Amino acid sequence: MGMNMTEKILAKHAGLASVTAGQLVTCRLDMVLANDITAPPAIKEFEKIGRPPFDNTKIALVPDHFTPNKDMKTADLTKAVRDFARQYNIVNYFEVGHDAGIEHVILPEKGLVGPGTLTIGADSHTCTYGAVNGFATGVGTTDLAVALATGEAWFKVPAAIKVVLKGKKPQNINGKDVILTLIGEIGVDGALYQSLEFAGPGVAELSMTDRFTIANMAIEAGGKNGIFPFDEKTKEYVEGRVKTPYEPVEPDADASYARVVEIDLAALKPVVAFPHLPGNTKRVEDIGEIPIQQVVIGSCTNGRLEDLAIAAGILQGRKVHPDVRCIVIPGSQQIYLEAMEKGYIRTFIEAGAAVSTPTCGPCMGGHMGILTAGERCVSTTNRNFRGRMGHVDSEVYLAGPHVAAASAVLGRIATPEEV
Amino acid sequence: MKLEGKVWRYGDNIDTDVIIPARYLNSFDPKELASHCMVDIDPTFSQKVKAGDIMVGGKNFGCGSSREHAPIAIQASGVPVIIAASFARIFYRNGINIGLPLLEIGDDVEKIRADDVLVVDPEAGTIEDVTTGDTFRAHPLPGFVQDIARAGGLINYIKTKK
Repeated sequence: MGMNMTEKILAKHAGLASVTAGQLVTCRLDMVLANDITAPPAIKEFEKIGRPPFDNTKIALVPDHFTPNKDMKTADLTKAVRDFARQYNIVNYFEVGHDAGIEHVILPEKGLVGPGTLTIGADSHTCTYGAVNGFATGVGTTDLAVALATGEAWFKVPAAIKVVLKGKKPQNINGKDVILTLIGEIGVDGALYQSLEFAGPGVAELSMTDRFTIANMAIEAGGKNGIFPFDEKTKEYVEGRVKTPYEPVEPDADASYARVVEIDLAALKPVVAFPHLPGNTKRVEDIGEIPIQQVVIGSCTNGRLEDLAIAAGILQGRKVHPDVRCIVIPGSQQIYLEAMEKGYIRTFIEAGAAVSTPTCGPCMGGHMGILTAGERCVSTTNRNFRGRMGHVDSEVYLAGPHVAAASAVLGRIATPEEV
Repeated sequence: MKLEGKVWRYGDNIDTDVIIPARYLNSFDPKELASHCMVDIDPTFSQKVKAGDIMVGGKNFGCGSSREHAPIAIQASGVPVIIAASFARIFYRNGINIGLPLLEIGDDVEKIRADDVLVVDPEAGTIEDVTTGDTFRAHPLPGFVQDIARAGGLINYIKTKK
């Protein structure tokens, strides 16, 4: 029996010729990641083990959640991360400002994750790096602490769902429509304990930005990871960026899958996920008039240059609705700068949007756009759980940058065709 | 070891944001986290929960964020075991890693009601609902994951291997 992409990466990192679903393996890690919420408790647990970090070049620490720090308690948390990074000379510590940003935007951007590599991160959206043909998954602080000391982690080899993408992607459709449609179809636990392996001719239709968005939300279907095959677009993205050796993986022709799901890209319409689950997916054209008070465009899901280009294309020459606060958050300093050079930032400001420095901020109700009772937000982020962006009686509607920007203009949830 | 306690019953897809909202993640002190546990869906939980009470949820318990603060908040509330139809995978790992037993029993969970009294043997995976007389058996932990649970968590387990 052949192996799928996830099995090949796990086997290689476990030093085994092959693995099968359900098998327990211990793997060596190529990159270990934590942020300002998860690193401090991990560091405390790490100290109990009493060993130095396994490799100061294979650890990435990114203070991005409550940063720039919103209060003294969070400043303490970030200081603990900074002190640890200095003490052990952690090469990939990303200080606020500098050449930093949101963890899952900058790790691929700086080439710290590559094809065939294995990454764990103390953040559930670590699965984003499946876009570059790597295995990446989120863990908690104790797993992270042990990984910092040993460079290893145990895994149960997941069964895989093959997601076959076919058809031509329409102009007004992007990665967010693909993944929200998929989660709507299989459910928020549809891929529980499993991997999502993307395949089919439709993969070539998707930009790297689309793939990052899709892999990022594998966890919202319960998935352990989501992984794309390596193709010309991946090659173009990683070449010159990933400096360490890497080996792309492709699935064997006789690889095994627990299930096959097909998505026809040509049939997709702009969608939005209603509160309070990412799987409450509806077509925007079917939902009627839903007034909104806030729009957030950014995050590890949709804070990349292409996302900002889509939003700017819609906001160009238009105004944000007077009842709406539109907050735009570039995912990294580099993206911010490129967006400025391309005129997107001017477009946002002229349209009446607030542009923020890179941060996770409002996505998890941290800061920079918290909702009060009864408020509705269309957000390009990844979760719409109860109270996620603030008050327990506020509502988050998940959508791509096209729907978010159109909604900002019209003051209600809208498709780009309506503006 | 057998645990006996009263049931706090919750539904499907209990996410880590309702177990411990991000606005409280500026601390990782277990007592502080426990004081906000479940606040967004059950504001009375943190005041009324008693040491030894058992939490029971539906499908996909603990979905969402990787924050280990979530199982820590529940554990620090005095809850010694969580039972659910299924758990989200990061939450499941985190529970095992901090020595909080998590028992998966599938659809059987629907027979357990709020305020029932359960007797649970986490290692044997047996659950008796004293109130109704029903008994259930949990899916066993795989391979060396049992050793991690028996050691009381991953840090203890790693130390014994050194």
